[in-house]
Amino acid sequence: MNRSPFSFDSIARLLHWLMALMILAMLFIGVAMVASVSQRPWLIALHRPLGAAILVLAIWRLVHRLRHRPPPLPADLPRWQAAAALASHWLLYALMLAMPLIGWAMLSAGNYPIVLFGGVQLPPLLAPDPAVYAWLRDAHGWGARLLFATVLLHLSAALYHAWVRRDGVFASMAGSRARAPVDRGRDA
Amino acid sequence: MSAPPPSPTPARRGWPLLGIGVIAAALAAAFAWTAGWLGGATRLTAPAMTDAIEANGPPHPGFRRAHAKGVCVTGVFRSSGQAAALSSARVFRQAETPVLGRLSIGGGDPHGADAQARVRSMALLLRTDDGQQWRMAMNSFPFFVVATPEGFHAQTLASRPDPATGKPDPARMAAFLERHPEARRFQSWARSAPWSDSWGNTQYNGINTFNLVAEDGRERAVRWSMRPHLPFAPLSPRQREQADADFLAGDLARRLAQGPLRWDLVLTLAAPGDPVDDPSQPWPASRPRVVAGTLSLTAAQPQASGACRDINYDPLILPTGIRGSDDPILAARSAVYSQSFNRREREISRGQAPDATADGGVR
Repeated sequence: MNRSPFSFDSIARLLHWLMALMILAMLFIGVAMVASVSQRPWLIALHRPLGAAILVLAIWRLVHRLRHRPPPLPADLPRWQAAAALASHWLLYALMLAMPLIGWAMLSAGNYPIVLFGGVQLPPLLAPDPAVYAWLRDAHGWGARLLFATVLLHLSAALYHAWVRRDGVFASMAGSRARAPVDRGRDA
Repeated sequence: MSAPPPSPTPARRGWPLLGIGVIAAALAAAFAWTAGWLGGATRLTAPAMTDAIEANGPPHPGFRRAHAKGVCVTGVFRSSGQAAALSSARVFRQAETPVLGRLSIGGGDPHGADAQARVRSMALLLRTDDGQQWRMAMNSFPFFVVATPEGFHAQTLASRPDPATGKPDPARMAAFLERHPEARRFQSWARSAPWSDSWGNTQYNGINTFNLVAEDGRERAVRWSMRPHLPFAPLSPRQREQADADFLAGDLARRLAQGPLRWDLVLTLAAPGDPVDDPSQPWPASRPRVVAGTLSLTAAQPQASGACRDINYDPLILPTGIRGSDDPILAARSAVYSQSFNRREREISRGQAPDATADGGVR
């Protein structure tokens, strides 16, 4: 198994890259289906099951993260950057868990059936209520903007580690082999 | 483990930083474009369509942006069993399905005079015992005014009242008809078809095409209508002049006091080559029909306090066994209804809609 103190284990990597793809797709699907006059039907049909899948994976990932220590950040990383990394990672966890739950609760409050596919539906989380619906609908929209901004920040920081600092942080998630965090740039 | 080499020089850091900035900016721009925040003016978006509808009249917070005036109704749908061979939907097998509906008139004014509204409408929510829902939004016109959302948007803009005269500019309407000639068929219907004198004796048409999916997977393109059991009775021009502004709701209450109002759900099956993606084109009258069951409405409630107020009658909320077609108007209705629903529920939740709610705010 791919495991070293300087690299994420293979389950963490699999979950990270799979969810990276799903969450980025989900954000684009979400804003597209709200704006589009022609593509909404298939986009919303994809949005709900994809959101449910992200929720399941996010729970698995959180449990995995709490049970497995991630590799340490380089010792010479400025403290504000280390603090920003920690805060943004927990914000990402919070949003990837909260967004599907808000969407599910929002559809419940809005009197909508929560169809995943075919005849498979989720039960409502809340009783129908226009005030709760309106609040959750706004939270879903602003949560998506915040999640997208955090993903962009995360991506930019990852590339900063890969291309500017070349400190092995990027490789700890993306590299083909487990390496020490200061072993720079041979195959990154 | 080797010792860390010295940090890159500023010159060596410049290009990677620029690259990171370009990647982040490109993603942000793609996101903003997809959301319609960038370049939204160059293509038609659901918020823009809804904005245009809103701009054609004064604001009415908490009300639907179209078909604003109506009443909630409740009743039951009894399946005939005859559509069970065409669709696997539970609603065609279950003996009785409860119905939460809404009868309304066209237009964005929740206080408009019933006798001045050309269009009457019926929206229904059927919930079967497996928890699935079928929502419908039907109208008294036999076909849609235009073939595309762009055409509908152009009509909305062309029918915007001129601030000087209070009426649409005839030149703009003529230009619209030039570009969307199919609308002439609708205008001809609007001029010549008799007006009904009751919600109860009006036929409501689903207009858009849907696909029924049978248990063996076979699909059939259909359109549906609610055909009233009551015989059609016209509203004479004189009655139209004299009728009370709310005469439809009064008539409905009187009729329901005497007994249920009934409609047959008639499915019309397309023949090969019928225009399934264009709701502005009617199908030939010779197409085979199946009576799928009977709707029976038994009670009405004011929409300010009724259960239909907080329902979005999105015609693409369908059970298994019924699928939307590629009709572009169908997708656009779903998109714009969602906008309208979000906007009015927001207004209700903020207490901005005393007129639309029974108690001046949240129930």
